[in-house]
Amino acid sequence: MQAPEYLNPRRSFQGLILTLQRFWAERGCVILQPYDMEVGAGTFHPATTLRALGPKPWRAAYVQPSRRPKDGRYGENPNRLQHYYQFQVILKPNPPDIQELYLQSLYAIGIDPAVHDIRFVEDDWESPTLGAWGLGWECWCDGMEVSQFTYFQQVAGFECAPVAGELTYGLERLAMYVQGVENVYELNFNGREGDEKVTYGDVFLQAEEEYSRHNFEFADTEMLFRHFRDAEAECKRLLAAGEPDGGGNYHLHQMALPAYDQCIKASHVFNLLDARGVISVTERQSYILRVRELAKACGAAWLKTEGGGAAAA
Amino acid sequence: MPDLLLELFSEEIPARMQRRAADDLKALVTNALVDRGLTYEGARAYATPRRLTLHVVGLPAKQPDLREEKKGPRVGSPEAAVQGFLKSAGLASIDEATIQSDPKKGEFYVAVVERPGRATPAVLAEILPGIIKTFPWPKSMRWGAASAEPGALRWVRPLHSIVCTFGPETEIPDVVRFEVDGIVASDFTRGHRFMSPDLVEVRRFDDYVSSLEKAKVILDADRRKEIIRTEAKNLAFARGLELVEDDGLLEEVAGLVEWPVVLVGSFDEEFLDIPAEVVRATIRANQKCFVLRDPATGRLANKFILVANIEAKDGGAAIAAGNGRVVRARLSDANFFWQTDRRPLPEYHDRRDLKPLDQRLERLKALKVVFHEKLGTQGERVARIVALAKQLAPLVGADVARAERAASLAKADLATEMVGEFPELQGLMGRYYAALQGEDPAVAAAIEDHYKPQGPADRVPTDPVSVAVALADKLDTLVGFWSIDEKPTGSKDPYALRRAALGVIRILLEGSIRLPLMKFLDDAIVMGKLTDGYRLPEMPRPAVLRDLLAFFADRLKVYLRDQGARYDLIDAVFALEGQDDLLMIVRRVEALGRFLATEDGEHLLVGYRRAANILRIEEKKDGVTYDGTPDPALFAEEEERALAAALAAVRRDASAAIAAEDFEGAMRVLATLRPSVDAFFDKVTVNVDAAALRANRLKLLNAIRVATREVADFSKVEG
Repeated sequence: MQAPEYLNPRRSFQGLILTLQRFWAERGCVILQPYDMEVGAGTFHPATTLRALGPKPWRAAYVQPSRRPKDGRYGENPNRLQHYYQFQVILKPNPPDIQELYLQSLYAIGIDPAVHDIRFVEDDWESPTLGAWGLGWECWCDGMEVSQFTYFQQVAGFECAPVAGELTYGLERLAMYVQGVENVYELNFNGREGDEKVTYGDVFLQAEEEYSRHNFEFADTEMLFRHFRDAEAECKRLLAAGEPDGGGNYHLHQMALPAYDQCIKASHVFNLLDARGVISVTERQSYILRVRELAKACGAAWLKTEGGGAAAA
Repeated sequence: MPDLLLELFSEEIPARMQRRAADDLKALVTNALVDRGLTYEGARAYATPRRLTLHVVGLPAKQPDLREEKKGPRVGSPEAAVQGFLKSAGLASIDEATIQSDPKKGEFYVAVVERPGRATPAVLAEILPGIIKTFPWPKSMRWGAASAEPGALRWVRPLHSIVCTFGPETEIPDVVRFEVDGIVASDFTRGHRFMSPDLVEVRRFDDYVSSLEKAKVILDADRRKEIIRTEAKNLAFARGLELVEDDGLLEEVAGLVEWPVVLVGSFDEEFLDIPAEVVRATIRANQKCFVLRDPATGRLANKFILVANIEAKDGGAAIAAGNGRVVRARLSDANFFWQTDRRPLPEYHDRRDLKPLDQRLERLKALKVVFHEKLGTQGERVARIVALAKQLAPLVGADVARAERAASLAKADLATEMVGEFPELQGLMGRYYAALQGEDPAVAAAIEDHYKPQGPADRVPTDPVSVAVALADKLDTLVGFWSIDEKPTGSKDPYALRRAALGVIRILLEGSIRLPLMKFLDDAIVMGKLTDGYRLPEMPRPAVLRDLLAFFADRLKVYLRDQGARYDLIDAVFALEGQDDLLMIVRRVEALGRFLATEDGEHLLVGYRRAANILRIEEKKDGVTYDGTPDPALFAEEEERALAAALAAVRRDASAAIAAEDFEGAMRVLATLRPSVDAFFDKVTVNVDAAALRANRLKLLNAIRVATREVADFSKVEG
């Protein structure tokens, strides 16, 4: 089936997304929708973080809006955004031909490896806040980093057994590349021309300006500090309340997912505080550590659930 | 003689690990072979981004046969002993043993065990799996379905296939059969990922190299480097430009490609308004590309060299264009920082009195960015450095106002966008921004140079303003971390305190600058107390100072040792009270070293040690110290009187010379002591029966100790 021209990934941002979704759907992934919380990267989605833990096979792909408050540039920088899209693929265990699959997906969106210089450049991934690390690469296309490719070794402080392969496509960059556009705001979003054309700037420029103001100047730091403490306390409270009580009715953890939401929340609040510049270098470490403790506890709780591979008694 | 070819084919190996891994593979395999009696003529290992390859030349086809004689029991021993012997020697019956005789033991059985050497491929099949499973990668990983089980194979990235062949040049070699976690060794590999992805059949090293080359893989990293270097220079030359060589980058880039294709990209000329260091840092760090310059002017050109891994269908046009776009995007990022950093900050738009860099300083202060949780904020740190730099300025010949200004702006660039992005440009950016806002050149220079020297090879600041700020920064850091007991231990020195102390030492010595170190260390502590966020030292002040001075003494020794100078005498000078002027200490150490190398010096040292030994023994025995002045009325021998007179003269003259900082003169005075010390020990017995006489002579020995201490504590001299 030939897709209409307005869905051509080389002309349309949404066409690029749809092509990737279709590509990975054809390879057995469940196509999820974005997680409905503010996260710094697609990895934070429980479909990656938590599903990477435990023995159960899992294949998923989804778009995740990602917020990096510090990267805001008031809409003035053609490459940097405080809100952008990641396309995330998680394959557990990783198939032996995962590199080939990745290259085929590039081909599907119009990057011909016979014309372009595609490279796997060392980039060991570590998320101090998630207590996670893996080995892999930045994938370069003609010198541009278009994806992250990681074999998860540890998540939330637990060994991944089996290992999951994670692919993260930076959608705006990839689209800029295939569309041949130098400014992200000029990306053709809907693939239409003339009056019907909607650009990335039409959709997001105002948001970038407003959120940059918010992130750097106006976010109420007192309130954010309070939110951080609240999320931290709530996460711990839910984890404790959901613990399986062994002999009683519950043999599995009852609230790993709601607790993990609070961990995500704390992480985002921390990123906002960081953007406001009110967290010093040394304090940073201790905040990261606090979020990591939450992530680890949530991972431990997840492993006591059915999704995490624990058997109900 | 047969050769071995081994190739381990994987997903992309990090460039920085390839060379070391090739060396490790060679060492591990050849050592294991030699351990099993298989010596070889030569071996070489290679690495590309996707493979480690080992070629071992001239191996024997099999291990040498082993012949071993096992002595058994005497003929006629009990049956049990005979049976035990047969079992241990692996014989079926006693008839297979021979009988030997010995005059002492008589006749006994001997089993000759002949172990035929095993074929080399069998040995290889035995050792290689273990080497692969325990390969010393700096970081390794698990992958795939197998990773669900404990003990799964680890490799730097997923390992896909193994080639292992063994055989003589004249025949088709055999595949060495072995298997590692489901990967079976074969004689097939793969070529270039994109240009020749099909299987490649290989026999031995020679056809392997040429088959790979046909399949667009250059096995030897040094050849790839040479191709890149030559091509890059040619492409530059053809454009009237010159390659800015960068060996570290070349090594890395050669590890990123199997088939290097060198191309030229370009960026808009307007980006050349950005400082060259920034352009280079951007292009190098982010893009792994080389910059070019105009040989006539030395200025950077708006072109760069990139190394692709593919002969693209379009001749590389898309690749060069794509890289150019990325470089432009990165440079426009850098340019954005460069422009933004020179503009007023939104929060200070109404502060016309504050220049851009001063606004960054205000931001640094306002944000209360913490320098260290126990040492206050960066703003407080700057206040301390300013106060200290003002005090240091007159001593190093710097204008106080300039030193104050430079110190106050020294850390302001930490709040700039550029330094946020490229931390390695700290100082340098401050200098640029300071110059742009019209600061005095010495002030601008000091902002960059106050971080120097960064290491033993780095330049030492010489301009007095730079020196004042550099010393203030380093002394503040040292005193701060000492006060909170965060000292370097073993190999751990997270705050680079050794480097800071060495920096102080080099600035003072190489600039011939005299500085009463104790006073300024103490001042630094006082400054610390004056700023709010800075807690009082957790250690008592005298202890901090004493300990820190000892640290300087240690660093000074390391420095002098690295200079090839005599460093063991440092303690001999530091042991004297109040020695804290590093320049004078080193001068005195040098003079002392020269003196001890003379015959007079050697003899005096011998005499000193003799006196000190006698004193130590006798004082211990008697439980008293003989530190009084000897009584001239008790002198019985001429030599005693002569020594006493010489000692008095030496004390007077040496202390005068030292006071005048004439260390050579002081040493000459010491030299005059030698004949009287020698004569005293020749003629005079110290431990005589007459108690008063003995005590007086011991006091005279003590006077030697006292007199020599005018110059150095000889008890600390080694050798």
